[in-house]
Parts: sequence; structure tokens; C-alpha cells
Amino acid sequence: MNYLEHMSDALFVLFVIITVLGAYLAVRRSVMIMHSMLGLAVCMLGIAGLYFFLGSMFMAMMQVLIYVGALCVVLVFGIMISYTPNEIYRMGITGKHMPLALTACVFMSAPMGILIFNTDWKVSLEFPSPAIGPLGEMMLYKYCMAFELISVILLIGIVGSIILARGGHVTDDEASVSMDEH
Amino acid sequence: MLNENIYIYLLLSVFLFAAGCYGLIQRRSFIRMLIAVELILNGAGLNFMAFSRFTAAEPNTGRAFTLFIMGLAATEAAIVVSVSLSVYRKYYTVDPDDVKDLKL
Repeated sequence: MNYLEHMSDALFVLFVIITVLGAYLAVRRSVMIMHSMLGLAVCMLGIAGLYFFLGSMFMAMMQVLIYVGALCVVLVFGIMISYTPNEIYRMGITGKHMPLALTACVFMSAPMGILIFNTDWKVSLEFPSPAIGPLGEMMLYKYCMAFELISVILLIGIVGSIILARGGHVTDDEASVSMDEH
Repeated sequence: MLNENIYIYLLLSVFLFAAGCYGLIQRRSFIRMLIAVELILNGAGLNFMAFSRFTAAEPNTGRAFTLFIMGLAATEAAIVVSVSLSVYRKYYTVDPDDVKDLKL
């Protein structure tokens, strides 16, 4: 192994550690919910690095843009609007169903671990092309329907969340009252 | 080369799934549940990417599905945050266990 391969291995291990640490931070029994959110962001950054190692710079970029850039900002807004300090304290230290949660996650993930080691993966080490042109063509031809459905779902989700967050139906009387108040 | 070992990716995605399940079942608040669900979805995405890198004939299939997962996760996050906001306005709580009007 030459110098560059050592560097690449070290970087890979670093990204794996970042991912594991981030996931741990995200679900541990911390008092501050903001720490959980930061853990999620760190975990997503680690996964973006792994996508880079899996041969797709585009997916790594999308991971950083969508999860770290967009989703965590949405979470921060949700936390800032709906959490009082008292509640943050109360919710953080009273993690419920600890033994149940541990048992359930062990029982659900242990079969997967067994399957992973007992399956003969036909691994090909040929590095895939990082070009994103074929990916775009695939989404507009082969998976056109799924792509359009995702767009519709995003639209419905945005409209639905706006309606939910603004507090539902406002009658004309209430609207005129609030106009007078301002 | 460590990054050519498919087992590391698969075990990491199992770990993400387990961490997500743990956080989801603990159910301390809506936002924490959302964070746990994001971990589970990312475990699935990492699996798709690993299989498309190592075993698939066409590597772009896994990438396309990971993109779809990202789109669904973004929609779901927006909806969960707004539901959490409206629950907070109505019940003044962020604890999912306090919201049980429909339970017998």
C-alpha cells in the first residue's frame, strides 16, 4: 500500500467514526434537544463522506444540501417555536421505555447482521462511473413516473404543512378583527 | 482498501437502523422521533448506495432510489414539524404520550 491508500483508509475510518458518533449523539438521552439535532447533522455529514467513497460525488453533495442544509434548518425552526426550556429539561431526562427500546432494536437488527454475514455477496470491485448524466436520463425515462410522483408528494406536503402550521381555517370575521388589531 | 469492503457499509446501515429504532421507541418528543426516522431512512439509503456500488450491474439505479428516499424524507420532515407545531398550539406539550384524545 502506498501513501495515498493509507490516506484514503484513514479518511474512510474517520467518516465511519463521524457517522457512528453522530447517530449516538442523535439518540442518546441528552437534556438539550438541540444536541440531538446537531448529532443528526454530524451523522449526515459522515454519510455524505461515505457516499463519496461509494463513487458518487453528486449524491454526497445532495446529502449535504438536503439533510444538513435544509432538513436541519427545518428542525431548528420546529425546536425554536415549540419548545420551552422547562419542557426541554423535562423531555430530555425522562427517556421512556429504555429496556423495551433496547430489546426491540437488538431483536430487529440482529437478524440483519446474521443475514449480512451469511450471504455470499457477489462483489465486483470495478469502480462505477461517477457521471451524473445517465442518472438524470434514468430519472426522466425509466423512473419518470416515480420522479413525477415525488414532485406531487413534495407539493402536497408543502401545501399541507403550511395549512397545518398556520392553524387551519380562518373565517372572514376573525380575519377582519386581526386586520383591525394591526 | 477498507472502502472496498461491503460489510462495513452494511453493518453501518444496520447500526443506523438500530439507533433509529431505539430513538423511535423511546418516543420522548415529536422532533426526536423525526430525528430517529431520518436515521432509519439514511440507513436504507446507505444500503442502496452500497449495493449499487458493489453488486448492481447499473450503478445509477441505487442512486436514483436514494434520491427518491431523500425527497420523501424532506416531505415527511416538513409535515412532522408542522404537525408538532399545531399539537403544541392545541395541547401545549411536545410529549407524544400526552396527545391521546383518540385513544380509548
